[in-house]
Order: sequence, then structure tokens, then C-alpha cells
Amino acid sequence: MATRLLSRTISATLNCRTPSVSNRSIASLSRAPYRIHHTPSPVSKFSIQQTRTLASVSDSREYTVREALNEALAEELEADPKVFILGEEVAQYNGAYKVTKGLLDRFGPDRVIDTPITESGFAGLAVGAALAGLKPITEFMTWNFAMQAIDQIINSAAKTHYMSGGIQPCSITFRGPNGFAAGVAAQHRYVSLPLCYASLSTQDYTAWYGSIPGLKVVSPWSSEDAKGLLKAAIRDPNPVVVLENELLYGQSFPMSVAAQKDDFVIPFGKAKIERVGKDVTLVSLSRCVGQCLIAAEKLKSQYGVEAEVINLRSIKPMDVEAIIKSVKKTGHLVAVESGFPSFGVSSEILALSMEYMFDYLDSPAQRVTGAEVPTPYAQGLEAMAFPDEDLIFKKVAGLLRV
Amino acid sequence: MSFSGPLRRSLLPRSYRSIAARYPCPKRRCLSSAVNAAAEVPREPEGTKEVPMTVGDGGAGTSRPVKQRAGSDRLVFPGAVNSKFTNRLHFRKSDPEKAIDTYRVMDTEGKIFDETHGLDFDSMKEQTLKMYSSMVTVSIMDQIMFDSQRQGRISFYIVNAGEEGIAVGSAAALGEQDVIYAQYREAGVLMYRGYGLDEFMNQCFANRKDHGKGRNMPIHYTSKRLNFHPISSTLATQLPHASGAGYALKLEGKEACAVTYFGEGAASEGDFHAALNIAATRGCPTLFICRNNGYAISTPTLDQYKGDGIASRGVGYGIDTIRVDGNDAWAVYKVTKEAREIAISQQKPVLIEAMSYRVSHHSTSDDSFAYRARVEVEDWKRRDNPITRLRKFMELRNWWDQDQDSQLRTQLRKDILKAFNAAEREKKPAISKLWEDIYDTPSKDQREQMADLKDVMHRYPDEYDVGMYEAGENGVVSRR
Repeated sequence: MATRLLSRTISATLNCRTPSVSNRSIASLSRAPYRIHHTPSPVSKFSIQQTRTLASVSDSREYTVREALNEALAEELEADPKVFILGEEVAQYNGAYKVTKGLLDRFGPDRVIDTPITESGFAGLAVGAALAGLKPITEFMTWNFAMQAIDQIINSAAKTHYMSGGIQPCSITFRGPNGFAAGVAAQHRYVSLPLCYASLSTQDYTAWYGSIPGLKVVSPWSSEDAKGLLKAAIRDPNPVVVLENELLYGQSFPMSVAAQKDDFVIPFGKAKIERVGKDVTLVSLSRCVGQCLIAAEKLKSQYGVEAEVINLRSIKPMDVEAIIKSVKKTGHLVAVESGFPSFGVSSEILALSMEYMFDYLDSPAQRVTGAEVPTPYAQGLEAMAFPDEDLIFKKVAGLLRV
Repeated sequence: MSFSGPLRRSLLPRSYRSIAARYPCPKRRCLSSAVNAAAEVPREPEGTKEVPMTVGDGGAGTSRPVKQRAGSDRLVFPGAVNSKFTNRLHFRKSDPEKAIDTYRVMDTEGKIFDETHGLDFDSMKEQTLKMYSSMVTVSIMDQIMFDSQRQGRISFYIVNAGEEGIAVGSAAALGEQDVIYAQYREAGVLMYRGYGLDEFMNQCFANRKDHGKGRNMPIHYTSKRLNFHPISSTLATQLPHASGAGYALKLEGKEACAVTYFGEGAASEGDFHAALNIAATRGCPTLFICRNNGYAISTPTLDQYKGDGIASRGVGYGIDTIRVDGNDAWAVYKVTKEAREIAISQQKPVLIEAMSYRVSHHSTSDDSFAYRARVEVEDWKRRDNPITRLRKFMELRNWWDQDQDSQLRTQLRKDILKAFNAAEREKKPAISKLWEDIYDTPSKDQREQMADLKDVMHRYPDEYDVGMYEAGENGVVSRR
């Protein structure tokens, strides 16, 4: 209850800060708090430059991840009358993180639905609607709150198609922010706001859902990832878990012309090489991809090491072949994630490396993960609980003995 | 008491009010008369920017402005729109003397209390026979299957004894397009809707003809043809699903409702409360049918909850609610018919609490005489039984006699045993069914696993006895 109060209080505070704004400009109201992410921080600045060098299409436009998600939702709501979105605050308030901005106005209250504060209730309703043939999108204010509904996600959504003998599909998308919320960049500059969310949004559920047969799990990093994966999730006939990251919502990335179109989808089970290298393979997901890219740049400038950075995009199914191919070339593997170390995504990648890449490895595969502690609230402690660019840099440097 | 500007502002952000105003509620089924008595739609004085509080029935965009009238004797809050002020400090209590009534149509002797219940019984002979026959079939099937579990021929079974009236009585009032989410003690619903004896048996033996491809434990039936969703072992998860299915029917504008069954024990699960709340707030055409049978496995109802049953919870959620005698198949039929009408025409949920007594053990894994006296059960059986009651009703109308009854029972027993033996001899599903349907199409990993298994089985044929599975060794289909 305390955490809910907290998030409500924050929302309230945000509105109060700009009392002079007119009634209609909810957009500018909502933008105010998130402007922090637009402020160039070491992470976002780098990420933009880095991806710009990779994006070849000249007509690409800058999109924040939030805008990309919003566009994906709007396009799919437009394209298929069976699609609807529900969750806490998604309609009148435009979403706790403004991802659903403008959707209520455009699609009306039957398809953009504010629910009571009952995750098991609205997730269950969504599963029921999916079993009845609709294609619901369920927004969780954070994946932490989805713990109330995990029974519905796993026992009902993921298993019903199988248990019914294949006659009862469940086409449903569960989405929301996952993983750490107050990263290094935000922490240095803006102590008060992001930290308020820290204790309620800093657990990574990738491994939880990634272990369930019947679910598909994706975790976008860039704006293109966000749009393409979310659209693919909504269209997919299976239940899909989309694990977004709050700190990425305000970050801008270039969006290619192809990705700006409404038929753009990213196929599941395909990783993306975000940076080509020959010396070491960094496999990562979500926000850690950006951290890996910074670490890779530093490795190059300090030691001339060329790290290959793989953005998994899709966790289940996982593109193991892309990792194998890369490790064949580099001979070294480091998995980077923000989740807890035990039984996690990186544990899985390292196990896969034993099964499929043992002969290609010149050194033991390594992992960089979050600390095995419940995420602490205090500023300094919280920073210590998650991997950062420097840690990745040091781990790789140590592994390669440079 | 009146609301000052700053208080209003802090209660609801401006953005809420402006968007809400754009979606006026067309139906306004919400307490409108009550609100109007105490509140008035405000007329903003010119030059002020004050915006009033809003009130509604909870659905997005259904809220509308209300205002506290000066000197009113009532409180107007969005959450309590017509509450009288009082100076008497008084805690409201659940009063056992004022329990919600239990609706009945016929007595334990099958006699109709009041022929003007809106049921034209004379024209319902055929339906009555179908209802009776469904109930008897379930009860004979239960005996056979219970014994077969004891003989080790199936792993598990749940009998319906004492509750056949609820399942069959309600099923008789539903439409073919209605979508059913049952718990596990509602075989009568399937029986009445036309699930074949072979289908029951194929499921319990998990053979190759089972619609669920042998993936579920016995009695977890499913039927797409009959709009009957697969039964889930996790308790009460079907309730929010029914809310969602009801919402889907609402969006599609179909003349049908979703129906879900559950026990009073399941109503202690959070999902029950979540489902009722969300069905009420979203106006889902969903019937919640509670079988209050006195026991949640071994926990007697009095230890399960306090207050006036499950019905009082429905009232608390603002849901039209009725309590009915579950041993009276006609009463269950009548309330279900009315409830269905309300749900569809008014697009809102209805809760039915059907009272009965669980004559049977909870399941084959349970021995209820460890926690209740045998004599208690015998007393109940003697006093009242839904099947006996309907039989007496038919006998009073000269529709039925002892001979016909024994004839029916003999024939049913024969039919059931025939289906039983056929299902038991049937092969199990093909081995590749193990991997199918996890996703809409098998993943690459799954296809590889199938191919690996096929390869291993081919190399070590003596280690794998696959004769009991459909297509044997060839039942592993690898589609790389």
C-alpha cells in the first residue's frame, strides 16, 4: 500500500508543479517531470551518438521510447478493433508514465480502460477477454505490481492453449516498466524524483517469465525495439510479456523510415548486433545494452579492444545462434543484465555457452548482474546494487587481461 | 459542510475533469435518482474557474459533476453520493436475524408453492425430463467413476452429489451462445448442454480422443462446441476470466452472457473480489453462480467466512444479488433465467448464491468423515435431495413413475459403462502432443526436441514401449 501511495503522491505533485497550465494541455503537464530524461546525460548522449553511427537511413527521426510505444499502441488499436488496452491510470491520466497518452481521446473509453486497483482482477479480465477472442493489452504500472496477477499470467494465460488441447488460444500482451528505475545518470542529476520509484520498480522479472513455457518474453532497448517488439507482441497469437524500462522511456533514439511506418514489426527470437567487434562478446538486454555500448567505447579508447554488443531483444525465444556466431569470432563471452544473479538471464546464457559454445571459448564465460540484495532505497546503496558502465568495463578488461 | 476550492482541486486533478466531461455517460444507470435528490448539476458563476467534483458509476468517462447543496442533510462525495449525516455513533453489524432470503419454487416434496411463478410447467414436460435425466446421469456416472478411482483405473475424480440441481437447473436457463467458466463440480452443466458420455470418459481416461489431448487431470473438461472453457485447478481464476468474457460479449454487442461457477470456499480467494469489482465497474454481462455447499474441502463454511454468506458480498460490490435454494432445480432455473435477462438487457453482472449441502467427499483425495459425522450426511440425504425433489415434482404431475425411473437408471448405467470401457481401451494421445500447443506453432527448440526423441527411440527401440500411444513410434512427428 505504501508504494502505491507513493506513486499517487508523485503524480499529484507533478500536477501541482504547473498549476498555470490549462486544462487541455495534459501533454505538457505530463512532460514536465520526464524532461529529466531529455536532459543529456552521459548515457543518453552516448546512446544517441552510438546508434546514429549505426543508423544508415538519412530520413530517420528522433523518437523517445515513450513515443515509440505510444505510436505502436495507437497503430495497433487503429488497425484491429479486437485490440484494447486496460490498466491503472491508462485512460484519463494517460498512463502513469504517459505511454498511453492521447489514446482515450482517440479510441474512447470502451477500448482504453481505467481499471480498479486490482492487478489480479484486470489481468484476469484481460485473459478472459482474450479467451473470448479479443486481443487485450494489459498495462501494469510496474511489473512489481504484476506479482498480484502472476497466477493469471502463468497459470491462465500461458497454459490455457496447451491445457485446452490447442482449441483455446489466448492472444494477449502484458506490458509495463521492469527492472531498475533509478540508474546512475538519473541519480546523479535528479535525486528526488526517480529515487521515489526506486524501491518499487527495481526488480527485474525477465528470468521469472522467461522460464515459463507458453509465454513469449521481449525486452526492448531502443525506440525501434520498443515499437517493433510491442507491435509484434500485440499481433502474436500467444501471450507475450513486454518488459520495458522506465529510465528508457524518455531517452531518444533514431527511428528509421521503415520503423516509422505502421507495418513495422520486429520478429521474435532475433537478436540485434548493436556494435560489431572481434575481441569479446557482450550479450545484454534492455537498458544494460546502452551501458554495454558505453563500456565498449571505453574499452576501445583505453585498450583498443573491439567488443561486440548483442541486444537480445527477445528473451523467449532467445537467439542462441547469434551468440554462438559471435563467440566463434571473439572467443570470449560476458552476459550483462540488471537482474539478481541467481537463476537469472545471465545464468541461462552461461549455461547455454557450456552446452553450445564450450569449444569456442578461450576463457570462462562471465556475467555482470545486479547484486543479490533486495534493492535498497538509499542513494549510494542503490547505485551499488546495479551494474554500471564502469563495472562492465572492468569485468571485460579483467577477463581479457588487458 | 461545503467544499472549498482548494479542497476540490486536491481531490481531483483538472485533467480528469476535462476529459471526463468529454465522455458523458449515455446510460447513467448510476444512482442518478439518488444523486439528484441530494445534489444538483452546478452552474458555474461567470468569471470563476472552479470546477465541481465528479461522480459516476466508475466506468471510464461515466463520471459527471455533482455538488453539495448548501445546508443539505446528506453528504455528497464521489465515493458516497447519498449518505445522510447522523449524530448517532453507531457501527453497522451483520445481523444473523436479518439474513438475505432464500428463493424457492417447490418444497421438498416437489410441490410448487405458487403456480404463478411465471413458469408454464405444463408445457415444460420435455425439458423437465431432460433436466431429470441429466441429473440422474451425473449421479450414476459419479458412482462409477468414484469406484473406478478406488480401483486405481483413474487417478482422481470429483463427484457432484447434492449439487446436481444447481448445475442442471442453471444450465437449463442458459443460451447456447452463453460462455461458461466452471469450477469443477458442475458436470451437470455439461451434461445438460449435450456433452456426450464418451466425451466425459475420454477426458477422464486422457485418451487420444480427449479434447484436451490428455493434458489435464480427470474432470477438467473442455468443449469449444458447447462454449465451455477448460476447467482450471487453480481456484477462482475463472472468475475474472468470466468478467473479461462478459466484457468481450459487451464490446461485440452479442445477446449472450458469460457464466461462472464457484464454491463458497473459492470466494475467499482474492480473484473472487477482483472479479466482482471489475465486473461491476465495467458493467460486464456476467453471471456469478456460487455453490454454497457448506464445506471448502474440510473447512466448514462457518470457519470460511463471517457475515451473511456470499450474497452479502455481492450487495457490497453493488451487484444485483439473489440467494436461492440450490436443491430446488426450478428455483435455480427461474433465478438464472431472470439473472440472464438482467445481465444482457442491462449490461451488468448478477450474483446468485445457491445453497446446498455437499453430500460427497470433496474429491477422491478426501475422506470427509474425518471432519464431519456420517450421520450428518445421512440426515441431509434423507431430508432433501435435488434429484428426489424433481422426481417427486414429476410424479405429482403423473409424468413419471417408479418403473420408468428404474428403467432409466438401468439404461443409463449400461450406457455409461459402455462409454467407460471404450474410453479405457482407447489409446493415449500421440507422443508429439507433448510439445504441441505450447505456442500456436511449435518453436524451433521444441521441434528439435521432437526430432531428438524420435532419433533416440529409433536407436533404442527396446527401451521405449510406445504401443499404448496413438501411432506408436510414428506418433512423434518432427517437422523441422
